[in-house]
Amino acid sequence: MAFQTTDERRMLGESLSRYLLQNYDHSHRLNVAYTAPFHDPSRWAALAELGMLSALAPEEAGGFGGEGLDIATVFHALGHGLCPEPALSAMMALRVLMAAARPVEALLEGRERLVLALGEPGGGSGLEPPETEARQDAGQWRLSGRKSVVWGGGAAHRLIVSARHSGGIGLFEVAAEDAQIAPYAMIDGGGAAEITLQDTVAQCLLEDGAAALADAVDHGLLALCAEAVGVMDQVQALTADYLRTRKQFGTAIGRFQVLRHRFVDLVIEIEQARSITFLAAGQMRDLAGRGRVLSMAKALVGKVARQVAEESIQMHGGIGMTWEAAVSHYAKRLVMIDHQLGDSLLHLERVAQAYRAA
Amino acid sequence: MDEMFTAADAAFRAEIRAGLEAEFPPELGRRAAAGEGLSREDFVFWHALLARRGWLAGGWPRAYGGAEWNPVQRHIFEEECCRLHAPRIVPFGVNMLGPVLIRFGSEAQKAHYLPRILDGTDWWCQGYSEPGAGSDLASLRTRAVRDGDHYIVNGQKTWTTLGHYANRIFCLVRTATEGKPQEGISFLLVDLDTPGVEMRPIRLIEGGHEVNEVFFTDARVPVENLVGVENQGWTIAKFLLEHERTNIAGVGYNYEALDKLKALARQIRRDGRPLAENALFAARMAQVECDLEAMRITNLRMLLEAQERGDPGAAPSMLKIKGTVIRQEINDLARRALGPAAAPFPSELLDSNATHPAPEGHGHLAHDYFNNRKLSIFGGSNEIQREILAKQLLGM
Repeated sequence: MAFQTTDERRMLGESLSRYLLQNYDHSHRLNVAYTAPFHDPSRWAALAELGMLSALAPEEAGGFGGEGLDIATVFHALGHGLCPEPALSAMMALRVLMAAARPVEALLEGRERLVLALGEPGGGSGLEPPETEARQDAGQWRLSGRKSVVWGGGAAHRLIVSARHSGGIGLFEVAAEDAQIAPYAMIDGGGAAEITLQDTVAQCLLEDGAAALADAVDHGLLALCAEAVGVMDQVQALTADYLRTRKQFGTAIGRFQVLRHRFVDLVIEIEQARSITFLAAGQMRDLAGRGRVLSMAKALVGKVARQVAEESIQMHGGIGMTWEAAVSHYAKRLVMIDHQLGDSLLHLERVAQAYRAA
Repeated sequence: MDEMFTAADAAFRAEIRAGLEAEFPPELGRRAAAGEGLSREDFVFWHALLARRGWLAGGWPRAYGGAEWNPVQRHIFEEECCRLHAPRIVPFGVNMLGPVLIRFGSEAQKAHYLPRILDGTDWWCQGYSEPGAGSDLASLRTRAVRDGDHYIVNGQKTWTTLGHYANRIFCLVRTATEGKPQEGISFLLVDLDTPGVEMRPIRLIEGGHEVNEVFFTDARVPVENLVGVENQGWTIAKFLLEHERTNIAGVGYNYEALDKLKALARQIRRDGRPLAENALFAARMAQVECDLEAMRITNLRMLLEAQERGDPGAAPSMLKIKGTVIRQEINDLARRALGPAAAPFPSELLDSNATHPAPEGHGHLAHDYFNNRKLSIFGGSNEIQREILAKQLLGM
């Protein structure tokens, strides 16, 4: 059976993890994750050099990966290091550029940051069809509308924007300086932005962008699941360590059966989350079948993520409630991953829809 | 998913599938799938069919008549059996005592007993639990006292599954009372025809006869029936429990149950539409399908790791907990789907002229629900599994 990752992937994951461990220690991360531009531009370039971005693209696009397991490897490492860099947005933009047969060297080398601007105000999951309008005026495309909670929006050089036009849903590129961008930090660190477009000059990447958009979302779902598993692995380690060392009633709290059993349940669920993510990663080439597996993965991972977050805070007691404790920030990320690209209920509903057709 | 298996795995699967399809009677599969309760003869027939092909003892070494399959092959075999709704292999001889004798038995014991397991001469049952020794197995009190060439056995065993089909029982008995409780235990083989051995049925919650209690009153057991060394039976007991938990995930059987549930939910109507389209019911089916799909991969990952390391580690405990919880959730949904039609008592209905109000093949769902509450209790309760895992994960 061949779902073991290759040596190359193992090395990539290890080198990213090592870099993050050394360069995003708790205090540095807190600094950059909550202060504009809400990430560390110098380390973005360094991560790109380590292959964080090139691993997301296949060879024909100038990268050295692009398979589901490559993406899972990168985002697992980013989750494990609780990295606030806007890699998810960059990867989703990359998928669109590839679909549009546009050059991606500058993105892969980390020289230019691109983000995909998907969500809109009132759009719930962020997966609703866009209200932002695109029209052509004397051969020039112009966009009007608002994009909301655009991950990494404040750090972007260029934006890829979904918009509707008379012929459907298209994907357009906008230079950051042409848009009104209001950046802010997110509750779990890292930046997002509200973006206002008013007859903003745009370049059309794909007039019919529906398939490319779906492809970007699919890859985003995989990335989020893998990131979540990376976060969970770290939470498991932190919690095990706490249970072994924290003493109450004269003994380590890890000797109390109620906590032992709850901890074991977390570990089992984390393995389940890892398994379903593995399964999804292995099915990314199956264009017809991957949507269902990705929804299963996002549904399960989202459910487990909440459980791991809440239980790890509970087992840490008051300490888990503090800004100072690392575990609290990991827990926040786990909860907020369920707010990206559809939560566990949305995806569970998609899985359930299949029973209708059958 | 096929890409997760090697070409050799695929060829193995094809061989198993062809063999089973050629010989396995669909009627037996239909009865098993409908939960109609299989007879001793059904199991004997199934064992004999597998034994002819050398597939009964998949995990045993070839030297003893096994197939020497690796964990992945054993998993594939189980999947293929589930595809045809074949009965489970009765584990007591093949999967429990067999490996114990191969590891700890004398040459004479191996030569005598192993062929009799394969050819169906012996049907073994398990004498582990006692009324006062369940999860705390080491506190068992059934005594075996040496008297010349015999042990005199006195005491009581319980939860002896399918003991009423068996002719022999393997027992944990106390041969010493000094030291730690684990230190005075021995592993003894007993012929159920021995004077002083009596088996009585225990009727279970759903009304069925599946388990028994066994009473020993001055039963004389030849000393050569001791397996391994006197007072060192605890090592054997633990070895057997670990074997018992291998393949305990029952992934294939869970898929079988889920498929059946999905089919049922399309037949039952709610608000004028198939139940499968009811948002809340469909959501619960979807959740358990996600859990099971993940579990299938967890099982394969752990099989692979076990194969590489040559030791299953903590995996069986994890699989046991998750697999049983999933199965119980499927059972809950299935009985729920039937509504009032789950209520008829199957054994009583048989005696009346009524036809079962449930869709065909779904008449046993309340029975299954109640019966399968056992899953999280036997084989080391799920709480015991959590302790095993906690010890490994926390090192304390």
